[in-house]
Amino acid sequence: MSRISRRKLITTGLATVAGVAGLASADRLARRYGLIPPDSGGIFGPGETLTYATQRLLTRHSLAREFPRSMISAKPFGNEIAPSNEAFKRHQALGFADWKLSVDGMVAHPTSFSLADLRAMPVRNQITEVMCEEGWSYIAEWIGTPLHHVLDEVGVLPHARYVVYRSIEPAWWDSIDMADALHPQTFLTMGMNDGDLPIRFGGPLRLRVPRQLGYKSVKFITTMTVTDSMKKFGKGLGSASPEAGYAWYAGI
Amino acid sequence: MAASSTTQHISVPRAGTAATPRHTPLVRVTHWLTVIAFLALLITGLEIVVSHPRFYWGETGNSGTAPLFRIPIPASRDTVPTGYAYTMPDQNGWSRYLHFEAAWLLVITALAYGAASLLNGHFRKNLLPTPEQRNWPAFRNVLSKFLRRPPPGSADGHSYNAVQRVAYLSVIFILFPLVIFTGLALSPSFNSAFPFIVNTFGGRQSARTLHFIVTNLLVIFLVVHVAMIALAGFWSRTRAMITGRVTNSSEGK
Repeated sequence: MSRISRRKLITTGLATVAGVAGLASADRLARRYGLIPPDSGGIFGPGETLTYATQRLLTRHSLAREFPRSMISAKPFGNEIAPSNEAFKRHQALGFADWKLSVDGMVAHPTSFSLADLRAMPVRNQITEVMCEEGWSYIAEWIGTPLHHVLDEVGVLPHARYVVYRSIEPAWWDSIDMADALHPQTFLTMGMNDGDLPIRFGGPLRLRVPRQLGYKSVKFITTMTVTDSMKKFGKGLGSASPEAGYAWYAGI
Repeated sequence: MAASSTTQHISVPRAGTAATPRHTPLVRVTHWLTVIAFLALLITGLEIVVSHPRFYWGETGNSGTAPLFRIPIPASRDTVPTGYAYTMPDQNGWSRYLHFEAAWLLVITALAYGAASLLNGHFRKNLLPTPEQRNWPAFRNVLSKFLRRPPPGSADGHSYNAVQRVAYLSVIFILFPLVIFTGLALSPSFNSAFPFIVNTFGGRQSARTLHFIVTNLLVIFLVVHVAMIALAGFWSRTRAMITGRVTNSSEGK
C-alpha cells in the first residue's frame, strides 16, 4: 500500500514538474511570438490567451470573406449618432475639410494626413460584413486606403507591435497588433456603398478591421500611435474595451 | 446491499466494489467538467442573447430587417425594437469572456474524452448498441418497460439500454459537434481561415440561429437526463458518477 502511494507520489510530482516546465516554456514562446493579448490577466486571461494565440496561429494572413455586390444589405444598421463634442461640430460645419489623421509614436516620420492626402494614396474597396458583438450584422461596400500604405509612408520601426487609434470622442480608443495593422483588408475608410461614409457609420474616417467584431472598427478616427507595448496606454489593457469589461481581441 | 440479481452479471462481480467502478475515472472527471462548462456556456449564452433577442436566416440580419423569430423579452440594448419601454442591465462583457473560456474547457474536455474513449473502447463497448440491441423491438422494449414502470433492476445500473446508448451517442457525436462548429462560425477571424464552415450552415445569421436551436436541444437532453436519473434513484446514480461505486436504486436516499 505504502509502496503504491509512494510511486503515485513520485509520478504525480514528476507530472507536476513537467507540467509547470511545459507551461513556463509555452509562456516564453508565446511571448516571443506575440501570442499573449494585453488583457491576459485575471480570471478570464487563460481563455482570452488561448483564443488569441490559436486564432493568430491560424489566421495571421487569412482574408475576411468578401461578398458579391448583390449581397450588399439594403438596410445597413447605423447605430451611431454624431459625437456631441464641440470639436466634431466644428468639423461638421466645415464639411470635414480640415479633418486630420496624425500618426506618431515608433515611426521614422510622424505625419499628419488630410482626407485628401489619404485619397491620393491607393484607394481600395471591399464588400465585407459588419458584425456586432450583440449578434446582428450587415454587408456593405467599404472604400478607403489600406492602413499599411499609411504605415509605409511614416516608416514603422522594426520593434513596433501595436497601432493605437483614437476617436475624436476621447472615450473611444483601441489598438490592433501588427498582423491586423498590416493586413490588406484593414482600411482607413472614407466611403461606403459608392458615397461618402455617413456620420451614422463613422464618417468622415473610420478604421475597418473586418476580421474582428464591429467594436474594433472605431469611428471618427483622428490620431494613431505606433508602439511596442500597451502598458503606457490607459490602464495597460490594450484599449477602452477591457476597461469597460469587454475583450481586447474581438476576432470571436 | 441487495444481491438478488448480481449473479446474472458475471462481468460485474459485485455492486459497489472499487475494482470495477460503474464509470471509469476518465468518464467521471470529463462528465463533471462538461457539466461546469455547459452550465457556464448556457448562462452566458442566454445573457448574450438578451442583447439581441431576434434570430434571422441567411448571412445578415439586424433591427432593420425581418427576423425569422424573436424571443418576447426586453433587450439589454436600446437599439433593439422589442416592444418594451425599458432595457435590461447589460452584462455582455464578462458573459463573452466567460463564454469563450468555458468553450475552451468544453473543447479540451471533449478532445480528451473522445481520444481516450476511442483508444480504450468506451464508445464501442459501452455506447454503441450491442448486436442484440440493434433492432426496433429492443427500442420498443425499453420504452414499454419504462411506461409500465417496473422498479429498475440492478442490471440497469450496470449497463446502458438501447435508447440510452443512442441518446448518448447523438449528444456526443451530433449535438456537441454542431454546437461547437455553429459557435465557431460566429467568429469573424475563424471564418476568414475556414469560410466553408459558415457557408455550409447557410451564412452567419443561420449559424447563430442553429447555435441557439442546438442549445435548446441540449437543454432538452439535460432535462430528460436529470429526470431519468431522478426516476432511477438520484443519489445512487449521481454517486456512481462521482465515486464510481454503484448501488441499487432501491437503497438510493
